[in-house]
Amino acid sequence: MSTPIDYLLHLADNAVVLGQRNAEWCGHGPILEEDMALANVSLDLIGQARLLYQRAAELMGGDATEDKLAYFRGPHEFRNYTLLELPHHGALVGYAAADRDYATTIVRNFLYSALMVHVWDGLQQSADPSLAAIAAKSLKETSYHLHHSRDWLVRMGDGTEESHARAQAAVNHLMPYTEEFWTTSPAEGAAVAAKVAIDVWALRPAWDALVNDALAEATLTRPNFHGYVTEGKVGLHSEHLSYLLGEMQGLARAHPGATW
Amino acid sequence: MSSVVDKVWATLEPLTDPEIPVVTLRELGILRDVRETPTGLEVVITPTYSGCPAMGQIEDDVRASLEQAGIAARVITQLAPAWTTDWMSDEAKEKLRAYGIAPPHRTCGSGAGEVSVLKFVRRQPTEPVACPQCGSTHTVVTSEFGSTACKALYKCLDCQEPFDYFKPY
Repeated sequence: MSTPIDYLLHLADNAVVLGQRNAEWCGHGPILEEDMALANVSLDLIGQARLLYQRAAELMGGDATEDKLAYFRGPHEFRNYTLLELPHHGALVGYAAADRDYATTIVRNFLYSALMVHVWDGLQQSADPSLAAIAAKSLKETSYHLHHSRDWLVRMGDGTEESHARAQAAVNHLMPYTEEFWTTSPAEGAAVAAKVAIDVWALRPAWDALVNDALAEATLTRPNFHGYVTEGKVGLHSEHLSYLLGEMQGLARAHPGATW
Repeated sequence: MSSVVDKVWATLEPLTDPEIPVVTLRELGILRDVRETPTGLEVVITPTYSGCPAMGQIEDDVRASLEQAGIAARVITQLAPAWTTDWMSDEAKEKLRAYGIAPPHRTCGSGAGEVSVLKFVRRQPTEPVACPQCGSTHTVVTSEFGSTACKALYKCLDCQEPFDYFKPY
């Protein structure tokens, strides 16, 4: 059975969107070490996205390329989790760059990498040997992202009154978006049927344990959530993705084929 | 091994990592294989970190060296098996240390088969990192990410020198 291309795009879009989002900290990090850390995490994510787009382009054939997939698809064609496109601040704060909240960045990176270590681990057995190879590399990188974000989550949560409050606010804001992890999109369903992907639902207990353990160590509370589930992975995004892609794709679209 | 394959290895031997010029691509395990195929010579390289910006430079260096030596060969990038710092020779690790970068410990393995759901949280490294300047193991991590994706920042609490640690990958 062939590899569902939409599933590869889902994985690639996740990586490129979070990579682009985290890169906003480049030159604006709260401290020098974190500025470098976030840039390094972004590099890993964009590297993973490139490998996945290359594999998707190879399967699509014709004139498909990694750059076309990254730069010349519109927001409705992106298949990333809504969680990953959100700005670095809570829902009710303004748009100014100065409002970037590092707790939001860290909590999101933690929630995502806590999922992806398990996803990449499972995908090492994918029926698509190229995806299995990408997963083996990505797992090593994502383990470091998890260590990094978990460390800071604990420091912030179990830190000062201010850092605790901001970490808790970020957890409250972002946790509902993780519900999207546990629904099955058509692309995921097809990939699981083809034994290319693993059933993410089966990873939920492991993810829950990882998240609950870290939140407890950080003295943070996990909010209860029942309600609306975002659907970024089927192309229904928040307004934030268009702005993000506008910045990411602007140069490639204004000067197609430009090199330097 | 045929003489032409030997010649390729010899041609590429001087090539070093653009970021860490004391170790060669072969010693780092980036240059994996040189083989003769029915359709010509192939040089196999494997990327380190997925997003390592040095990989483009490395591939260009390999191509340029081959061209300069008048060798026609394809450069193949191969992902599996995934590159690991365990492939680094002891000689390369010693060169890193002399250069001021603490060499990587052995990786703890993939963790496959472990039952603990918290296996990914386990701290690395499990053994102390020795200061490349004074040899003290009285060191502390400053940041998980250093000047490049492959390194972490450490500080020696005895000689007070900050240093890079090449992370196990």
